[in-house]
Amino acid sequence: MSQTAATDRIARLFEQKGEEPVMSLFLTAGFPRPEHTVELVLGLEEHGADMVELGMPFSDPLADGPSIQYASNTALEQGVTMEDILEMVRGIRARSEMPLVLMGYINPVLRYGVERFCRDAAEAGADGLILPDLPPDEADLLAGHAEAHGLRLIFLVAPNTSDDRMRLIDERSRGFVYCVSVTGVTGAREGEEVARSVQRFIGRVKENITRNPIMIGFGIRSHEDARRVASQARGFIVGSALVDLIREHYPEEGWKDRLFAFVRSLKYGEPTDSNN
Amino acid sequence: MTYDFPDASGYFGRFGGSFVPETLVPVLEQLRTSYAEAWGDKEFRARFRHLLREYVGRPTALTLAERLTAHYGRARIYLKREDLCHTGAHKINNAMGQVLLALRMGKERIIAETGAGQHGVATATACARFGVPCIVYMGEEDMRRQQLNVERMQLLGAEVRPVQSGSRTLKDATNEAIRDWVTHPGDTFYVIGSVVGPHPYPMMVRNFQRVIGEETRAQIEEAEGRLPDYMLACIGGGSNAIGFFHPFLEEETVAMYGLEAAGEGVETSRTAATLTRGAPGVLHGSMSYLLQSGEGQVHLAHSVSAGLDYPGIGPEHSHLFDRGRVDYRAVTDAQAMEGVKLLSATEGIIPALETAHAVAFLEELMPQTEEGELVVLNCSGRGDKDMSTITEWTGREK
Repeated sequence: MSQTAATDRIARLFEQKGEEPVMSLFLTAGFPRPEHTVELVLGLEEHGADMVELGMPFSDPLADGPSIQYASNTALEQGVTMEDILEMVRGIRARSEMPLVLMGYINPVLRYGVERFCRDAAEAGADGLILPDLPPDEADLLAGHAEAHGLRLIFLVAPNTSDDRMRLIDERSRGFVYCVSVTGVTGAREGEEVARSVQRFIGRVKENITRNPIMIGFGIRSHEDARRVASQARGFIVGSALVDLIREHYPEEGWKDRLFAFVRSLKYGEPTDSNN
Repeated sequence: MTYDFPDASGYFGRFGGSFVPETLVPVLEQLRTSYAEAWGDKEFRARFRHLLREYVGRPTALTLAERLTAHYGRARIYLKREDLCHTGAHKINNAMGQVLLALRMGKERIIAETGAGQHGVATATACARFGVPCIVYMGEEDMRRQQLNVERMQLLGAEVRPVQSGSRTLKDATNEAIRDWVTHPGDTFYVIGSVVGPHPYPMMVRNFQRVIGEETRAQIEEAEGRLPDYMLACIGGGSNAIGFFHPFLEEETVAMYGLEAAGEGVETSRTAATLTRGAPGVLHGSMSYLLQSGEGQVHLAHSVSAGLDYPGIGPEHSHLFDRGRVDYRAVTDAQAMEGVKLLSATEGIIPALETAHAVAFLEELMPQTEEGELVVLNCSGRGDKDMSTITEWTGREK
């Protein structure tokens, strides 16, 4: 049953959006505090997010930059468990039909049990799964279970990924392909760097990735970045910039409003005082 | 028993593999190809051997430890003297091999991580020898414990980058080195310091360190006309041990002991005994035993020896543990300190705190041995770097 729903949510989103870019936002589960997560995700949707990636914190997030590393540590210090994260997913799913993707590292998933994880995550209402330290070459240990439970396993391509490998990744990916716009860890970068890097490899991406929609992430922090990037793909992903904004303003009054204003500005380019 | 690991995907049984971000996949593919070409190239091998002989000081001695043998009055004890290598530990074998490979691949920038500082010093040395820029990531806590090695690296022209995240030890230094590598995949070569990390590192580092076991085999056969009965080596990531053991793995008469750091005790949370206390998991690019919570979060390891203070272990050791080929035991900080004193007083050799874990295990092993049997202990490094830790400890005891 979850299989149909999951298949539908991500696929339906890209279908419904047509030419319009899809905005996917990343938030670490349990950051800044576990009790905020459900409400924050619903808020992101209300203010323009089309899809949300919920980060499952890990003690050694080696593909992440300082921002998401900080958010993960904060969440872990507050004792966030896999059960808590799945409960958050249920909470969100009870009030929203927005596609939800879980993003994290393989070890906590292995520890929870790969089959049990795929089943429970799908049942809770998650639609997809991104594990940056699980390249397609190692994914056999999980891919079958994800498929069986209708959890979309999404792989990444990077600027140094070869053409052949891009086609392999396209073949293995379900839902969409995540394009890492620059080599390196997650985190906001100068817009020019992102744009130059994207220009260089986006042509190859489009030639080789034909089965799945292409989402571009890593280093996007403004509407300008997003617009440039989105014109080349089906959509864009923002994470670290959100975490930075929360980190800067939580728990001062109005921190959430600032966050949501920033989210609107990302999507629509409205001027906002929180984007400085 | 034939032993032929890893397989083509870099697996030692169910351990190993290549769990890395996509950006590193092409980098590792290139490394695998380049390494295979280099290792198959007679000239490269000859150059490596030449460096080991003329620069590192190999072969290192196999020393009969007469007074230590007399102390126990049982089997004869030999020491494989990696402490006599240039820079004071076995780490230089691997650093030389990898830097040589980096040069062959045209990489312009070398990065490394270090715990106790021995690998950092070895890499900085190799880089100075060849004039390549070198950056060493080191946890702030380890920089405090190993100040002397920090100064050595700096004198050798390396930039030591302090790591403030997490436990501020080797685990976090490794995370930072990987982040750097993901950010500069084109021009950077990451010299990993042990038989850990994604394929091909565990295999490559083992092959660079195999010289220890090959020499030992020739030397013990020359001295005694036969193979040893017991072999002992300390294990953090496990590079000295695997290099020492590997040429003997198919010899069923040779009993092998890997000594990991129990820290304050395997029953406490302050331990680094990965095989004794860990469970299979993925850290730093490979599947192996790992100290972790029920939630799969990596535990902080503790050992008085910064070089063993790591929550993971090389995947090949996990495999040998599963197969029961090597007997892995845990030795506490306090026992290791006794080991330092024993070897210093009986043989005039101050061992590294890492090595002292293997020395300490003699207390348990020797009463079970018989006169005429042979024990070879890998003296992986010298203890100069640990003098301040040893002095602190001795001071506390008084």
